[in-house]
Amino acid sequence: MTKQGVEPDSFSQPFWDAANEERLVIQNCVACDRLQHPPSDTCRECDDGGELEWKQVSGRGTIYNYGVVHDCPVRLLQEDQPFNLAVIMLDEDPGIQMYSHLPGVPVDEVPVGSPVEVIFEPSDNGQLVPEWRVIDG
Amino acid sequence: MTTPTAPDSMYRNDEGLGIWEHRGKVAAVGVGHAPTSRRWDGRPETCVGAITIDALRKAIADAGVAPDQIDGLVVVPVTTTGAFWEQGKPLPMDVIQSFNQTDDPLDGIAKLSAEWLLANMPELTNVQFTMYGPGCMSNALNVTAQAVGDGLTHTCLVVKSWHNFEGRYYQGGANAGNALPGTPAITQLWGGPASYSTALQFAEYCRKYGKTHEMMAPFMENSRRNGLRFPEGYWAQHRPEELIPEDYLASRWIAKPANLFDNDIPIMMSGAYLFSTAERAQDMQQKPVYILNHASSNTRPRSLLPTLDEVEADTARTGRKIYEGAGITADDLSFENMYDGFSLFHQFHLEGLGYRGIKFGEALDFYQTDISIEGPNPVSPSGGNVGSGRSRVWMHTDCIQQLQGRAGARQVTGVKPEVGVSGGPMPLGGNYTVWSASPD
Repeated sequence: MTKQGVEPDSFSQPFWDAANEERLVIQNCVACDRLQHPPSDTCRECDDGGELEWKQVSGRGTIYNYGVVHDCPVRLLQEDQPFNLAVIMLDEDPGIQMYSHLPGVPVDEVPVGSPVEVIFEPSDNGQLVPEWRVIDG
Repeated sequence: MTTPTAPDSMYRNDEGLGIWEHRGKVAAVGVGHAPTSRRWDGRPETCVGAITIDALRKAIADAGVAPDQIDGLVVVPVTTTGAFWEQGKPLPMDVIQSFNQTDDPLDGIAKLSAEWLLANMPELTNVQFTMYGPGCMSNALNVTAQAVGDGLTHTCLVVKSWHNFEGRYYQGGANAGNALPGTPAITQLWGGPASYSTALQFAEYCRKYGKTHEMMAPFMENSRRNGLRFPEGYWAQHRPEELIPEDYLASRWIAKPANLFDNDIPIMMSGAYLFSTAERAQDMQQKPVYILNHASSNTRPRSLLPTLDEVEADTARTGRKIYEGAGITADDLSFENMYDGFSLFHQFHLEGLGYRGIKFGEALDFYQTDISIEGPNPVSPSGGNVGSGRSRVWMHTDCIQQLQGRAGARQVTGVKPEVGVSGGPMPLGGNYTVWSASPD
């Protein structure tokens, strides 16, 4: 399924540039060495206005939870309904979540708790987007 | 007059604040509702501004006060149900010209300012205090209660209205395009509908506690039953249909495990109340309903969506704040009217309150018992959004009317209506009010 294209802005440019290099980066607070996602202007933990960096992570995680979308508000995805929409927890910090359509996993047969690894898929305008696939046992 | 948004200092976000300093000294008296409709039909007399004026005038009349006695107005400025005026769409000049205007031509049509209301309600000659309570009525009620208690206003109107235009819910704008700006794209490319987050919390809840979606059916049936006894509500006015378990469970999925009925129906509506000091309220037309406390949660999830652990921690914290400031315990609640739009999170609110002693993981079993208005454990006697459509207002109106003894066919009979609680919206982040028939 093809997602909407992405038009990077100055704030998100490092995230999307890394994706085009097939690297996953997550915002990290230098002061408290804490990852945060979604990214923000300030650290939501220490909120001291200090430096935030983009930190490369392993791209490994676990399926935390999922739902099945039958009525999607995004036009480009509607032809693919119903589809899985899972939440992934990163190995580096299970408190950090990312979305995934879990390509290759049959609808509503999501193995919650299974390990996954990041892959990168082209969106409608060619920008690579992080996705996740189940690591075969 | 420029209307400010309520400052953080007006909310009671923290534990340990003790009894609310204005406990029992602020009262709700008047209630006003405009007729509901599914969507705006384009006429001036049915635009969101017009129905808001209607609701406000009814609240004033219900309280039996002269308009020039009113010195305060609290408004929720956002009125969208998820429907926005499309960029480039011609403005409805006939509607705009039917009212006194502000600088924004969509004021009164797709949003609402206090200035627009005052410009179109010439009878409100003495309003000195205006303020915005963002989001929903639950927020605006907290602001109103605190403002009256603090003496910023002594007789104050508070109103929340919703507009709903043609088109599918949230399917316009960026969602209809081929590309997204980079920052929102980081979280929005995957296309989860509005109820997706709640659906996932419910899925985790069911896995953890061994519950099923089918166990929601009695709650849904009860809520619609109560809603059909709410003459101000959408279903009672337009589609007086019961919601039997078979129909609920057969409805289509939106974001499984949330189905169509788990998502509240967007409507046009307006609800308003008149608040005053407890002292002044004694001389008004309706029995005062006293505010024992207001409490808020401004907790945010660590990442994209609240986990069940985060939800349970915060609803429990909210329950403690509610009780602490009101000087009551769960045993004092005659009924509860916590938010239900989406239906799949109502149990989180109930468990956080410890309503009737239920603990985490027990609410769906509780739903299998007698939760009717005739029984000893009424759940959502208003029927909430499930029973009357999307407003986030019914729960508050019901608390006031139950405690005034004028909830009509919805009046609880299995308990003596003495103390009620309402509020929301989401389990993380919300505003709550404790209502009482007595100031003590």
